[in-house]
Amino acid sequence: MDNQPQASPDIFSKTKAYFAQLAMVARFISKTFKEIFLFVKPPHEFDELFKQCFKIGNKSLVLVAITGFIMGLVLTIQSRPVLAEFGATSWLPAMVSISFIREIGPVITALICAGKIGSGIGAEVGSMKVTEQIEAMEVSATNPFKFIVATRVIACSLMVPLLVLFSDACGMLGSLTGINIYGDMNMNLFFAQAIASLEFADFFPAMIKSVLFGFVIGVVGCYQGFNAGRGTESVGTAANSAVVISSMIIFFVDLIVVQLSEVYNTLSN
Amino acid sequence: MSEKVAEIKGIYQSFGSQEVLKNLSLDLYKGENLVVLGKSGTGKSVLIKCLVGLIGIDKGTMTILGKSVETANENELMEIRKKVGFLFQSAALYDSMSVRENLEFPLKRIETNISKSDLELRTVEALENVGLLDAIDKMPSQLSGGMRKRVGLARTIVLNPEIILYDEPTTGLDSITSREISDLILSLQQKYNTSSIIITHDMPCAKHTANRIIILAEGKEIAEGSYEELANSTDSLINSFFKQ
Repeated sequence: MDNQPQASPDIFSKTKAYFAQLAMVARFISKTFKEIFLFVKPPHEFDELFKQCFKIGNKSLVLVAITGFIMGLVLTIQSRPVLAEFGATSWLPAMVSISFIREIGPVITALICAGKIGSGIGAEVGSMKVTEQIEAMEVSATNPFKFIVATRVIACSLMVPLLVLFSDACGMLGSLTGINIYGDMNMNLFFAQAIASLEFADFFPAMIKSVLFGFVIGVVGCYQGFNAGRGTESVGTAANSAVVISSMIIFFVDLIVVQLSEVYNTLSN
Repeated sequence: MSEKVAEIKGIYQSFGSQEVLKNLSLDLYKGENLVVLGKSGTGKSVLIKCLVGLIGIDKGTMTILGKSVETANENELMEIRKKVGFLFQSAALYDSMSVRENLEFPLKRIETNISKSDLELRTVEALENVGLLDAIDKMPSQLSGGMRKRVGLARTIVLNPEIILYDEPTTGLDSITSREISDLILSLQQKYNTSSIIITHDMPCAKHTANRIIILAEGKEIAEGSYEELANSTDSLINSFFKQ
């Protein structure tokens, strides 16, 4: 019996720490939901919400526009030769619009926002933690969770879908530019073809997942900031982890929403 | 003897295997300034953070203004915190807000029906008390260390607390500014009859502000008395705090 391999106490402590971390995340998310549902109750934090909405939208607008435009342009230029082989270049507006609205727009925008907004939230909230500003709110009998977390999560959930729509529009303009580099198509015809190929089922899941992506970016950024350590180094770690973790979760959420929308489409047909 | 406003009985607190507070008991009386002395790492700051429920305790009881802290739920803790002010070592001003907004922040959220004129009046009064009315529209980044501490103090007193907890109020300040902060602590005690726990290493501040002093070592109280009593102690450890 003595020679049987024994589980290392290190494994137990690591497993325990893992589940403790999981419980912390679950508590954080449930508290976030609670504060979001109670957001309209006084004391109101609408000023902070509008400030965060402006900050998030305004901060990412140019980056989202440039990335969207280039993605649309590149997608068109790279798809054109393949479609040309089948004499189907007229399908370019439809192909680009569907792929952009369904997948490229939401995912690329969410990843940009994870990098830009998520890291910003992680660093800002992390530095508030390090400089005891969060504790100062707590001891003055105010609710830091509502002021810091709920406002940022709601702002992200509202602004990311709007940024996705903006990115989609820029992507379509990029595609129009790409088509006109090698051929000739006027704007009205391009948009008529692009819009005609789209259905409600293309927009709806994309918008749902954009809201979820925004929620993920806000929650992960705030969680990492709220749980930053004591030193200034932890601010950088919080910002970095916010980007890495939210990017990973964005892909998982994307996968789940795509699968669910496929199931829905199959059942409704 | 005047009434007790805070009572700590046999508290223990630890971070993992490291015991910070060991069977610590103390009382705070109405209108007194209690100074807590001790080397770094003896649990002084942890003690006052436990008192406002920022850090939980492992064992023992804590009562503030007749209400139990360790058994309080979130709402009860909020009620306790409304009556207890806390000045952080770093002042912990909200960087993204001006001095005015820093003071208005807790007021607007606790007194949700406060009128604009009352808000202005209370903010101005608190800043006048700390002599910083001129800085009302400045950002925290534009303030010196001493000014930040004063604004932190103004943010604490704007809620009219019955108890104020000071976490090393003079650390990092020059001797003149330290003296000004000590004077401010005394004047607030006299003006509002507040009770205070002052955590400090600064002996001039302790001498100037203390009605009573306790000394902590390794999470336990090792001595209690007035400044003069402790300064004349024959115990070498106690005496070491008072050597200039």
